[in-house]
Amino acid sequence: MIVAERKPLGEIVEFIEGFRRVLVIGCGGCATVCLAGGETETKIVGSALRIAARKAGRQQDVLEDCVMRQCEPEFVEAVPGRVRDENIDAVLSLACGVGVNFLAERSGDVPVFPGLNTKFLGATAEPGVWVEMCAGCGNCVLHLTGGICPVARCSKSILNGPCGGSNDGKCEISPDVDCGWELIIRRMERLGTLDRLVEIVDPRDWSSSPHGGPRRVVREDLRQLAAEAEEEKATTA
Amino acid sequence: MKSGSNLERVLAAGHFAVTAEIGPPMDCNGEVVTEKARLLRGYADAFNITDCQTAVVRMSSIASAVLVMREGLEPIAQMTCRDRNRIAIQADILGAAALGVRNCLCIAGDHQSFGAAGKLKGHPGAKNVYDVDSIQLVAILKGLRDEGRQQGGDEIEQTPPLWIGAVWTPMGDPVDFRPWRLAKKVAAGADFIQTQGIYDMELFRQQMKLARDMGLHEKTAILAGIIVPRNLGMLRYMDAAVAGVSVPQELMARMSAARKSAGDDKAQARRNQEEEGTKIAVELIEQARETAGVRGVHIQAIEWERKVPEIVERAGLLPRPTVTPEA
Repeated sequence: MIVAERKPLGEIVEFIEGFRRVLVIGCGGCATVCLAGGETETKIVGSALRIAARKAGRQQDVLEDCVMRQCEPEFVEAVPGRVRDENIDAVLSLACGVGVNFLAERSGDVPVFPGLNTKFLGATAEPGVWVEMCAGCGNCVLHLTGGICPVARCSKSILNGPCGGSNDGKCEISPDVDCGWELIIRRMERLGTLDRLVEIVDPRDWSSSPHGGPRRVVREDLRQLAAEAEEEKATTA
Repeated sequence: MKSGSNLERVLAAGHFAVTAEIGPPMDCNGEVVTEKARLLRGYADAFNITDCQTAVVRMSSIASAVLVMREGLEPIAQMTCRDRNRIAIQADILGAAALGVRNCLCIAGDHQSFGAAGKLKGHPGAKNVYDVDSIQLVAILKGLRDEGRQQGGDEIEQTPPLWIGAVWTPMGDPVDFRPWRLAKKVAAGADFIQTQGIYDMELFRQQMKLARDMGLHEKTAILAGIIVPRNLGMLRYMDAAVAGVSVPQELMARMSAARKSAGDDKAQARRNQEEEGTKIAVELIEQARETAGVRGVHIQAIEWERKVPEIVERAGLLPRPTVTPEA
């Protein structure tokens, strides 16, 4: 999932203090799963903002909503209408950065503020702890490294690791961070594939990563199907 | 000869090589580098010029290398993967070669969060690069030199005559994989290897045996790293905090005794520890020399470069050989 964490309340208050009617909008996707911006958190943030406004003697209405996913057109299509009809001046999105972008593009002249800091692609390691496991680099090498990602889990994204900074299974940057290469080596040892690490991995092509510029995935087959469905609808109408 | 560097010639002639380290300053005072160079001239075959070590901004390795060359010393320019992508690395390497640099040491580089282990502010908020890793960097330099080809595939006319080095942390974790990682560096094209500082000579010898069993000592010149310990605090710090460095209890006890022997006299305690540290360094050099497959030593007297001449002399490694280039 995309793991996110709520911004400090003080920072959020600064974003919205100049606006009369604010809509806080949660997301039922990843932000819910990582307990940062789901329905429950939306209510908590809404209440906190109302308290903050009253304490500061500000006239401010804070409304709440939560959509299934802020990154899909069908789930957010009702939002612009609500913003217009209910005279909303500002939107606070409790989705990841994708949701903020997606709403912002659809919100006309109403600003959309981020309520969360989007952290990484990760998993729940234990209750209350999430760890990064994928860098979204666009060209998966997990088949070479026993399913453990050197790009995301090595602090230097080294493809021929480990570097000299591995200490007792931990990374040189912190004793709280596992050395990704220690994990890779132990995993491959268990799989009986350690000998594959003798092969030198060549410099990789990072053009599939954010370094190649903003990315998009195009599935022509699906576009074709959608176009056909559109056409059919038009003919039957 | 691949590079014709003094280091390559000394090793090719079968001598036990000595390299030492010169750390550039944090400002633009070239005199600091020049002074260190004058102090060390003649005491080693080549001198590593560190590249923003411990992720602290220092005068550039290549610029400092040029200052060192002006004083008649041969530099080994260190090049980290932390701060440059493959475009900048190759550009800098070609520039260094044009300026006369003949040795380059390829390293990953300490992570930017390191900031001299908290002793300085550093730049922990910097964006790192790590476009390529140290093994890929070795291969890139080899490609430039031997195939006349940039990493991207473009051909070059004049190839950089470089003696390519890499680092080995023989006792780094996971220790069982370390000989294999050395093998990868050698396969990538490392002409010489400098190891992380060694205090636990017994463990180093075990790792060297594994390296010899793989025939690596014949394909590359391994120089054992010696970090001169200056006092007990430094030994303790290195043992506890520096990855791949473990200090045997016996050495710790010797340094501790040296400190205690001065009683309350702090100045004397410092002198006693410095003398004990020097002695330890000399002994380690001798032990490294007796280790099969080791073809030299790399001495790091961190911010204590002036001690190197005495250590090299006491280790019986003077005078340094003069090996004239082939006609």
